[in-house]
Amino acid sequence: MRKRALIALSSAVFLAGTLAVSAYAGKRSAGEAREFFKEIPKDRRIQQALNRLTFGPRPGDAAQVRAMGLKKWIDRQLHPEQIAENPLLLEKLKQLDTLTMSSGELVRNYPTPQMVKQMVDGQAPFPNDPEKRVLIEKLVARYEKRIQAGGNAAALPPGAPDPEELRAMLTDQQIRSLRSGTPQRRLAAFQALPQDKQDDVIAAMPGVRQTLFPVAPPELRRKLEMGNGPAQVVARDLMEAKLLRAVYSNRQLEEVLTDFWYNHFNIFLDKGADRYLVTAYERDVIRPHVLGKFRDLLEATAKSPAMLFYLDNWQSVGPAPQPRGQANRQRRGLNENYGRELMELHTLGVDGGYTQKDVTEVARCFTGWTINQPQRGGEFTFNPRLHDNGQKVVLGVTIPAGGGIQDGEKVLDILAHHPATARFISRKLAQRFVADNPPASLVDRMAATFTRTDGDIRQVLKTMFDSKEFWSVAAYRSKMKSPLELVASAVRATDGDVDFAFPLTNQVAQLGEPLYRKIEPTGYSNSSKEWNNSAGLLARMNFALQLASNKMPGVKVETAQAAKPAGAEGIALGSPEFQKH
Amino acid sequence: MSSTRRMFFRNSALAMVGVGSAPLWLKRALYAADAPSPRKKILVAIFQRGAADGLNIVVPHGEKAYYELRPTIAIPRPGAADGAVDLDGFFGLHPSLASLKPLFAQGRLAIVDAVGSPDPTRSHFDAQDYMESGTPGLKATDSGWMNRALPREQGKVSPVRAVALGAVLPRTLQGPEPAISLASIGAFQVKDAAAARQFEQMYVDSKDASLAATGRETFEAMAMLQSIQKQQYAPANGAEYPRGRFGDSLKQIAQLIKSDVGVEMAFADVPGWDHHVNEVGQRPSEGQLANLLRDYGQAIAAFWQDMGDRMNDVAMVTMSEFGRTAHENGNRGTDHGHANCMFVMGGGVKGGKVYGKWPGLEKEQLYEGRDLALTTDFRDVLGELVSRHMGNPTLDGVFPGYQPKYLGLV
Repeated sequence: MRKRALIALSSAVFLAGTLAVSAYAGKRSAGEAREFFKEIPKDRRIQQALNRLTFGPRPGDAAQVRAMGLKKWIDRQLHPEQIAENPLLLEKLKQLDTLTMSSGELVRNYPTPQMVKQMVDGQAPFPNDPEKRVLIEKLVARYEKRIQAGGNAAALPPGAPDPEELRAMLTDQQIRSLRSGTPQRRLAAFQALPQDKQDDVIAAMPGVRQTLFPVAPPELRRKLEMGNGPAQVVARDLMEAKLLRAVYSNRQLEEVLTDFWYNHFNIFLDKGADRYLVTAYERDVIRPHVLGKFRDLLEATAKSPAMLFYLDNWQSVGPAPQPRGQANRQRRGLNENYGRELMELHTLGVDGGYTQKDVTEVARCFTGWTINQPQRGGEFTFNPRLHDNGQKVVLGVTIPAGGGIQDGEKVLDILAHHPATARFISRKLAQRFVADNPPASLVDRMAATFTRTDGDIRQVLKTMFDSKEFWSVAAYRSKMKSPLELVASAVRATDGDVDFAFPLTNQVAQLGEPLYRKIEPTGYSNSSKEWNNSAGLLARMNFALQLASNKMPGVKVETAQAAKPAGAEGIALGSPEFQKH
Repeated sequence: MSSTRRMFFRNSALAMVGVGSAPLWLKRALYAADAPSPRKKILVAIFQRGAADGLNIVVPHGEKAYYELRPTIAIPRPGAADGAVDLDGFFGLHPSLASLKPLFAQGRLAIVDAVGSPDPTRSHFDAQDYMESGTPGLKATDSGWMNRALPREQGKVSPVRAVALGAVLPRTLQGPEPAISLASIGAFQVKDAAAARQFEQMYVDSKDASLAATGRETFEAMAMLQSIQKQQYAPANGAEYPRGRFGDSLKQIAQLIKSDVGVEMAFADVPGWDHHVNEVGQRPSEGQLANLLRDYGQAIAAFWQDMGDRMNDVAMVTMSEFGRTAHENGNRGTDHGHANCMFVMGGGVKGGKVYGKWPGLEKEQLYEGRDLALTTDFRDVLGELVSRHMGNPTLDGVFPGYQPKYLGLV
């Protein structure tokens, strides 16, 4: 395996070195345009497919594709349900229990400090799992003590305990044994404590949590993570799962597309209730539709609590009757946020021909699309009392009065079938998969497929993968990897074994792409230009050295001790060639 | 300028120290030894991403319509509880920006109101793009105004003359002149010296023109910053930067400037101003906008204090892509609007005054019946700083097709 990893890496670098790589530029010369019709040599087609349909080739991938036949391999990637998933991945994901929970279960099992307070006050139920309950109660005790001491309630997790508090909890001998010796010996000392004391230590000693984590068995790891604040676990699982899937999944195209569509319909995880809504959003709204009909994907996002919350539509209300019994409450009204981003970012594109008037009209159509109890992980609901029932005109189409929930659905129809949407979505896909500035000829053909097939994403991708442009000299290795692509591809190229992934996700953040944490609804840019800067390059070089020398916590890569010169893999992973694909 | 031309310029600059023959460390040494004269004029630009609500930042408390349009989120008149901090009897600062009042009183903070981009877009992305490129309405511009505004220099220039704090290089600093992004001064290094040399060679020799250019800029800047990386930086004059990214950014800009490594343009941004819901809390001094402004004002005030006399060389300017609706929306927030406010600070700034013609907030005075109208083009403010503060006489290339009208800010 070790040899194969080295070969894969060196051949990637070698191949790149033999080709002059086109630079990005705003305008394209005629010569550059011609490069989109010049095909790459046959023997590079597999490399191109692996570069763009996966998070980078692993040792042996190229041989496998060759054995199966490239056409068949692409076809299978387009039908991920026919590919058996990697059991290793499933095993690793199983430990991240938040991934399969409903939003409501997440709130209950991994509560925020405010939620914990409500549990203690009897206003909300405790988790069913008794162990979680005990640990949460311990965290509450510390939390309340901090508040009494004048601390900031939002500042959970609490910092290091004071010596007095520690001595009340443990003997000096116990404290010493937790803080000295190898991690394994500290773990033994920890496990020798009675259960109750163990929970105390988890709740109160962040330093010990950190030291024990790498050597702890899976169940203990979950508890240690809870110590950092239960709500943090939800975000951490999401990020780790994204990275693990990118590295291990056999359904690579599906993972690339899940990343693409999440980013297209971006949501900022840390916006209030979205902390608990994004897990279900990615799992139930984005993932099932990544190769399906665009209209279905669009409606799923429009009706998702996560999007309704993120772009504020859940609070947008028509002008006429306000809900009963709320007379002395704040009078609510229209909110344009979703209406605008729906057209600008999700469908038509900013130059898609809509006006400010259209924004307001679309916003009126979506009044009453709201969420039941968002802070408890609630569901989508249409509230007719909050809906503006008057007539609207959207992009020249009259939507008669009295349509109720159908107003919004009608808007989704208009937008999903608008020619500007076909072009906008096609261009964005081509920018991700083909080149930063994809040629209009390709985008036009993809848009034609989009229109002809009623927005069938799989068919649009097929048109793209069947195009001359996809296999052209201009496309080949023309793109710079995004931080996620870079980190995942480095682990794959070195056949890395990921035990826990959050240090890797931290790297992705340091390279400029904090996962699930792009504040703006635009998502991250699909253009390479975004990532070509000095801070990013240095972070990439340092990451490469750290990974290749096995100094990245949580991941072990195959390194060749005998490699000459020493550290050659680190250099290869940090090289300009490896930054591109 | 195309990337080919850019390469030509960069290569010919290197030719002077002998491309191909001189080892890289020698070239680096030459750059370092030939550090530019330290006392250049410096421009620091701050971008508030998300469209900050100018009307609740510089509060027109003398305007009756302001209170009618914002029944639940207006900032009360000065003197009232949580009221605006009065500036001139008509305008006042949001109470969370009280830390900036002394700068205004000392005549070192100027405010421009009803200012912004004349382009009508209400798209965050497009409006930021236009404000950073300096060419409203033109998407094809492939460089930013800050890059183009760097004064032309003979011979070698500092590799850190243009710096952005953060993990990406913003649009406004992209272009033909070298510009770096910097997550932090301390992190700007390759942690293994031998590997660093190999990487440097590989990047400089790379056939990918854009990676080679960035690589070269990066390693030159690294050599320049090495000397100050070991310093434990202590802000002067008791300045205390608030915790968080923006405070950190300004602290590092201050360190860079005071280290005399040749910074001329610095950029930092603050995200999170898109307040469609609950912009103002139960009291005006609470809630999302108030919290952001408190940190924002304290960071700027700390920068001022920390810089001391060096503020004589510095002008700091703030901007945000557009303003927000004059009326509040249905959720105690505001939607996307038009004109906004800008702050200009510095030792040479003629402050203590709110510049710009106030258009009024009566229905017929509003832009498209809903937003604060624009009476000053943002390029008037930036153009004056580039020309009269930075001393760059060639504004044509900085704001092509536009002739800035100076307000007399500096």
